[in-house]
Amino acid sequence: MEQKMIPAREPPVNSRGILGWARENLFASPSQSLVTLALLYGLYLFIPPFWQWAVMDASWTGSSRSDCTTEGACWAFVTARLDQFIYGFYPDSEIWRVNLFFAQLAVVLGWLMIPRIPGKKMALVIGLLVLPVTSWLILTGSLLGLPPVETHQWGGLMVTLVLALYGMLASLPVGVLLALGRRSSMPVVRTFCTAYIELWRGVPLITVLFMASVMLPLFVPEEIVFDKLVRAMIGIVMFQSAYMAEVVRGGLQAIPRGQVEACQSLGMGYWQSMLLVVLPQAIRLVIPGIVNTFIALFKDTSLVLVIGLFDLLSIVQAGLNDPQWLGSAVEGYLFAGFVFWLFCFGMSQYSQRLEKH
Amino acid sequence: MEKMVREGQDPTSPVIQLKGVNKWYGNFHVLRDINLDVMRGEKIVICGPSGSGKSTLIRCINALEEHQEGQIIVDGTELNRDLKNIEKVRREVGMVFQQFNLFPHLTVLENCTLAPIWVRKASKKDAEKVAMEYLERVRIPDQADKYPGQLSGGQQQRVAIARSLCMNPEIMLFDEPTSALDPEMIKEVLDVMIELANEGMTMICVTHEMGFAKTVADRMIFMDQGQVVEEATPEVFFNNPESERTKEFLGQILIH
Repeated sequence: MEQKMIPAREPPVNSRGILGWARENLFASPSQSLVTLALLYGLYLFIPPFWQWAVMDASWTGSSRSDCTTEGACWAFVTARLDQFIYGFYPDSEIWRVNLFFAQLAVVLGWLMIPRIPGKKMALVIGLLVLPVTSWLILTGSLLGLPPVETHQWGGLMVTLVLALYGMLASLPVGVLLALGRRSSMPVVRTFCTAYIELWRGVPLITVLFMASVMLPLFVPEEIVFDKLVRAMIGIVMFQSAYMAEVVRGGLQAIPRGQVEACQSLGMGYWQSMLLVVLPQAIRLVIPGIVNTFIALFKDTSLVLVIGLFDLLSIVQAGLNDPQWLGSAVEGYLFAGFVFWLFCFGMSQYSQRLEKH
Repeated sequence: MEKMVREGQDPTSPVIQLKGVNKWYGNFHVLRDINLDVMRGEKIVICGPSGSGKSTLIRCINALEEHQEGQIIVDGTELNRDLKNIEKVRREVGMVFQQFNLFPHLTVLENCTLAPIWVRKASKKDAEKVAMEYLERVRIPDQADKYPGQLSGGQQQRVAIARSLCMNPEIMLFDEPTSALDPEMIKEVLDVMIELANEGMTMICVTHEMGFAKTVADRMIFMDQGQVVEEATPEVFFNNPESERTKEFLGQILIH
């Protein structure tokens, strides 16, 4: 038997530089080496030519396809139409309003995402309650005494962002309510919420959008038929909130029954227990699922092109039909895809940070 | 600590009355004709084999479980389907659970102030002052800013007791408060409970800690198969129980 206590020691050092790391992780066995080499060769085949085409040989400016070289990418298509891709058909003199909308968005997002800036709760309240109202007022203009800009003049990235922003802000709370409803002890509420979720989850989004734009005006009297963009937005929210509800329900089910019992034994009512104790824990658990739904929602906004709204993708697509730019499809789609990816990747990064806290 | 007997209340009338209480889980008759009067300041220890209905019984007293027959009257309020009554009773009845059930996303201090702020509408400052007093009484004021997950089981259970006390309850229910604890932590929780008992709190404890029962109980209740089999003072209960079933149970838990 040891008489003395064994003193604590440092753990063994196991990093042996880049070569050691490569030997351990890339070339540990013959078959692993083979896979590594094959993948490296694949990258070698793909990346240099793509780089050559997309950057080295590319033409960046010009007023038509004929200004571009034939070997490289013709980014001139994008740069020449960039304004349209971002602002759609928003009147030139009023474009500052769209920029103001972007700026608000950037300020609130920056506030939320940069850890050093204090007052996250304030930022959240502004983001959830103030931002949607001010954005709508600025963009439509009429209530502020600005020249009104009808939504059919909106287009491009701003429409994508407007649809995504309002879609996300509305679908999360609606989804939470549906999830709570589906777990309710009141049969009527439970049945309604379950039916709602199962109905909307079972229908393709395209169908929902068609219904919103074509069918709805048939049934609803003409005076109260509202704006096409708003209808699409409502359709998206209806659809995505059903998915959101199921994500949130997953989180709710993971919270032990004892949490609610503790609340009850302290005299807290249903809404107090839910809002103060259960939901904060449940939502934190399902951040990955929520962001997943947000990303899907963001990309699905591009489906509004089927009802004639010009979001980023459809405005790029429309530009491809311009005789001056025939044959720019690859550049156009790459650009649109890149912009979508940029936003989605940003969301995914932010969610990973949120999960850690 | 304010006096447990509040003014304007008759100290000779029972603060909890159970009259012919029956409850079923599906077809399973889990509580059978329970009649029980608890006086103000009385300490009652309920024991019995698992599945005997003792937890269910005390969970009926703050309506975490619904009884189907009979009457439960707590401090003059009858527990029925009226949510107002239920919430009123719950405000006056504190409960400590086997699994602590602290709120893991809130600090110890926030755990203690949540209900006073939202239910009693206390100001944050007042609620924190009261919470710190109770945290001192359960001897963990230095842990106020930690999260429950950073505490040991014994500390968590003491926080749970403090959290209940912050609502200034008339009655405390303990549902096997030491059953989930490591042996070396049981004493620190029992010490807090004994202190509370000495201060005159009305307490109903479901527990197998017979040492604790002998120290604080005014009355012992033994339950088996959903019924109260024996009801006696600790002396009679431990030395001279009436029913065979009680003797058998005591034999099983006391010999070792």
